[in-house]
Amino acid sequence: MNQVLSLIFAPEFGYSVLRVTTPILFATLGALIADKAGVTNIALEGIMLIAALSGVVFSAITGSAGVGLLAAVAAGGLVGLFLAYCALKLRTDIILSGIAINLMASGGTVFALFLIAGDKGISSSLASKVLPKLTIPGISSIPVLGTILSGHNVLTYLALAMVAVTFVFLYKTPIGLRIRAVGENPNAAASVGIGVTKIQYMALALSGMMAGLGGAYMSMGYVSWFSKNMTAGRGFIALAAEAMGGATPLGSLLTSLLFGFFDALSNTLQLMKIPSEFVNMLPYAATVVGLVVYTVQKTRRERVAREAAGPTGNAAASGNGATR
Amino acid sequence: MDELLRMEGITKVYPNGIVANKNVDFSVRAGEIHGLVGENGAGKSTLMKILFGLNQAEEGRITLEGKEIRVDSPYAAIGHGIGMVHQHFMLVPSLTAAENLVMGLEPRKGIYLDIAAAIRTTEELGKKYNLIVDPKATVRDLPVGIKQRLEILKALFRGARILILDEPTAVLTPQETEELFSQLKLLREQGNTIVFISHKLNEIKELCDRVTIMRSGSVQGTFDVSSVDEKDISRLMVGRDVILEVEKDEAEPAETVLKVRGLVVFDRFKKRAVDGVSFSVRRGEILGIAGVEGNGQGELVEAITGLGAIAAGEVSVNGKDVDGMSIREIREAGVCHVPEDRMTYGCAPNLGVEANLMSCNHDSPEFTGPVFLKGKEIRANSQRLIAEYAVKCSSPLQEVGMLSGGNIQKVVVAREFSSGPSLIVADQPTRGIDVGATEFIRARLVELRDAGAAVLLVSADLNEVMELSDSLIVMYGGKIRAYAPDAKAVGEEELGLYMLGLKNQSSEEIARVVHD
Amino acid sequence: MTKQQRLFEVVRTGLAILIALVIALVIILVVSDDPGDALYKFLLGPLGSFRHFGNVIELMIPLVFTGIAISIMFSAAQFNLGAEGGFFIGAIATAFVAIKFNLPPVIHPIVAILFGSLVGSLFCGIPAVLKVKWGASELVSSLMFNYIAFFFGLFLINYYLRDASAGAMVSFLFKPTALLPKLVPKTRISVGIFAAVALVAVAALFMQKTRWGFRIRLTGANAKFSQYSGIDTNAVVVYSQVIGGFIAGLGGSIELLGMYTRFSWQNLPGYGWDGVIVAILARNNPLFVPIAAFFLAYLRIGADIMSRYSDVPNEFVALIQGTIIILIAASSFLAKYRHKLVFKEATRAVSAGGDR
Repeated sequence: MNQVLSLIFAPEFGYSVLRVTTPILFATLGALIADKAGVTNIALEGIMLIAALSGVVFSAITGSAGVGLLAAVAAGGLVGLFLAYCALKLRTDIILSGIAINLMASGGTVFALFLIAGDKGISSSLASKVLPKLTIPGISSIPVLGTILSGHNVLTYLALAMVAVTFVFLYKTPIGLRIRAVGENPNAAASVGIGVTKIQYMALALSGMMAGLGGAYMSMGYVSWFSKNMTAGRGFIALAAEAMGGATPLGSLLTSLLFGFFDALSNTLQLMKIPSEFVNMLPYAATVVGLVVYTVQKTRRERVAREAAGPTGNAAASGNGATR
Repeated sequence: MDELLRMEGITKVYPNGIVANKNVDFSVRAGEIHGLVGENGAGKSTLMKILFGLNQAEEGRITLEGKEIRVDSPYAAIGHGIGMVHQHFMLVPSLTAAENLVMGLEPRKGIYLDIAAAIRTTEELGKKYNLIVDPKATVRDLPVGIKQRLEILKALFRGARILILDEPTAVLTPQETEELFSQLKLLREQGNTIVFISHKLNEIKELCDRVTIMRSGSVQGTFDVSSVDEKDISRLMVGRDVILEVEKDEAEPAETVLKVRGLVVFDRFKKRAVDGVSFSVRRGEILGIAGVEGNGQGELVEAITGLGAIAAGEVSVNGKDVDGMSIREIREAGVCHVPEDRMTYGCAPNLGVEANLMSCNHDSPEFTGPVFLKGKEIRANSQRLIAEYAVKCSSPLQEVGMLSGGNIQKVVVAREFSSGPSLIVADQPTRGIDVGATEFIRARLVELRDAGAAVLLVSADLNEVMELSDSLIVMYGGKIRAYAPDAKAVGEEELGLYMLGLKNQSSEEIARVVHD
Repeated sequence: MTKQQRLFEVVRTGLAILIALVIALVIILVVSDDPGDALYKFLLGPLGSFRHFGNVIELMIPLVFTGIAISIMFSAAQFNLGAEGGFFIGAIATAFVAIKFNLPPVIHPIVAILFGSLVGSLFCGIPAVLKVKWGASELVSSLMFNYIAFFFGLFLINYYLRDASAGAMVSFLFKPTALLPKLVPKTRISVGIFAAVALVAVAALFMQKTRWGFRIRLTGANAKFSQYSGIDTNAVVVYSQVIGGFIAGLGGSIELLGMYTRFSWQNLPGYGWDGVIVAILARNNPLFVPIAAFFLAYLRIGADIMSRYSDVPNEFVALIQGTIIILIAASSFLAKYRHKLVFKEATRAVSAGGDR
């Protein structure tokens, strides 16, 4: 136990928390933007995969990590638009559209990888590039904090910055205001001339680009290659993290860090005698526990508010409340 | 005063064939508050929706300051300076008042939303019109009255000179109503024009300069408010054009089936929608509830049928207390329910006629064995009901959503009436359906009464409630205002006075509806 | 549904599949050096040999289980995607009984399969309870449970059932008493196929001919109406998912004991997701599930054969599957024609009624 604690309190652990949080954070912010516009982006998982592969392929072709990053973001945005087209134009249920995109992504990336790299598992034959790590001059020399905060991949810093950017975008710009209005009361938004569908297209594209950044980090930062299904459910975790974070940028950061913590913990614990599979389960179990705690607390809050407002209903009415 | 706006020869026919406006002329003078009154379904809302661009008229024209205008969307309406405050607010709850105000027309500073400017605008506009709203407050936390104020500000911010208010006082407390009136009067002084839709004649008298009265899609007249009294308005407003006779014998009421005592029910605004109501419905009688919609009838029905909560008081059916029972238990106690909203509660549009006919009784021994449903019996039963209720469908498997409104309602009543109920709660049973289906359903209700059922009939259709009921009560403001042991004996003029809250019976007279 | 609508749905499904196949054709043309041969292998390969056709049937069986599991949950309008985890953890539970217990033949597989099914239903039931009690989205929690099932399952295999003498990370051999007997020689088709056939019949009867199935369909179609009709919709939401999980677990158990002699899966098998495609193709109707499962299995095996004998990787099937889901679930796909059809039918019904 002491060994575990000493590992957790080592600055290196803090460093690895930030490292593993990065892709989840990008995807969570992606989930947030879509949710704010009233659409559920369950395709985040597939978008990250596609973006991860795009980054590897384009950086290998051009020899530039920057081009790879741009390609990953563009691919994410395009898939986001495709989801919007399916859901808003073809009127396929958005959950089913997302499932379809995830299926196409998991098979399609392997298909494309085989055609391009001649391997179905990993992209090691491609000379893909990695995005640079940054050492922050002032901070790197501070004892503990320097180890935790300095020397990360440039995308890790971008992810943290994106929390602020997303906050400003959603809460301080006219477009953000419209996105929130559309998500919460589309009739009200339409009544003042806001194009509801247009806003949702835009939100899904942005959501896809955000997940695209997460995908780029996976294959050009976290590791330096693409491998089959490498996102391992991070897109789904992001949906849970977003819900649990109360659909706010700061909440998203905190819940992403929580999952990052458990993810890093699982990596750390594997060094010890603790079963790795058991430890691997931690982030997902933590997500479910977190989601339940959040919803329990939310229902309780609502119940208190209801009781304060007036007497509750008879058995039939209150018993039926949950499914409404 | 000059005429500002004129609507001429407006005719609107809805796709289901209902004529909502028949050659309506309506005109508003600059700087007046113009009342628009009429019963539910009289065509007021349709007329105003046409003016605001939410509906398009088949015939007629609209002129503003003498020039003809086309209003094909709310956006176009606002461009002409016409704004509307709906009964259901078009606000985003999690945004602040200032954000709601500027939404769609946001002030900008570079790429950012200029929130300071939005707040300033809200304050300045609020001061100018005496419609003070805290710009930084989140709309969710605002009381209803302030939300409404914000809606008015929103319309003014977008340049409205003509404001349409659709039953604005329905959701307000008396104090809030007072405040609203003084604000509207101020708006009038500043040169704005207001169309005020209401059922409440005292409000019309207090606030309006002129009033237009509508009934059954036509205008009954426009008057200076000072030249008419409330009784005149009531007479023009409440009345029947065609008297539909329902053939039935004298009722022979027997023992009490439904007993309601001191019932209190809250609505979604936490107001007492039903406020201490007591009555009885007996075997073999149809008790009608007359009243303008939104006076607690809906909540009363929900409480009796188990869809809503009972806050206080007693509801019992055949001596069994309904409070705490599940909907299933209430149904088993012999209650059937023709719901007001048939597409939400009355049917599953994507399932077939047969499935819709068996939703309530699929687990009775008649239709199910220990494991399997009795397909043959179910089919025979649905074919019998389809024939008996003359439901026009291509097969028992046809999706209900594809039938006409009248046939959908026949499916609903066939299911409900065939359950052998001792109490039938029929909420607007013939709304929006064709004449044939309407007559059919009314005749069935009488038959069931004669067979010994107790019927509680809620209807905003005066014709229906007067002709079909044996006795009736009038609800206004969540309370019973009058009881007529013989529905035929009461005049429609008098009924109008009760429905509009102009007259009350004494509590002794009302207490006669409690049969113990 | 009336006959015309049914016909229309068949046409719509056919057209969606056709479009997807055209996309497949284009991909093959672009990718392959010998498109003719690749296409031949893809479309006719499964019929090329007895063994290949056997592979189709082998693959079809698990798809029938997850397809029906998903159909039942989707019928109640519950987006529980836990069939994937239910299938996997059900197989793990079965492996446990098959390795650790000593039971007579016949009894042994039955006990193992029942245990696996119960564990599966527990896994899919938890998200349902979380939803009914606290309103937690069953979609999100069931997705998480898939991963929990996966890692927890691997943990159990690795620490309690692992055969250290085998080179790979696999379990001990199952007791021979637990294995399902093979039905067709030279294939791996076991008597599990009887279970699949029986399940189709039972599920179809359950959904169409029992009051519990009726309540699921009613609640899925309009929950408010279902409530108004006196149905306890919360109970329906829970039991539909418990049943779905049971069937997913059943599928995993039968797959394991019918096809394998020890537990050797290193990944989630993906049959839960395939079940979504099967359910959509079959319009949540258990009777159509075998057809949809056969189609999908045929597609998969065709692609496998093609990738083995030509230069086109089999993963391109995923693109076809995705296209089919999107087109079939798209309510505006051919909506104009549906509208015309409905209108024609409505006018016909009215005029027919008028003659009466």
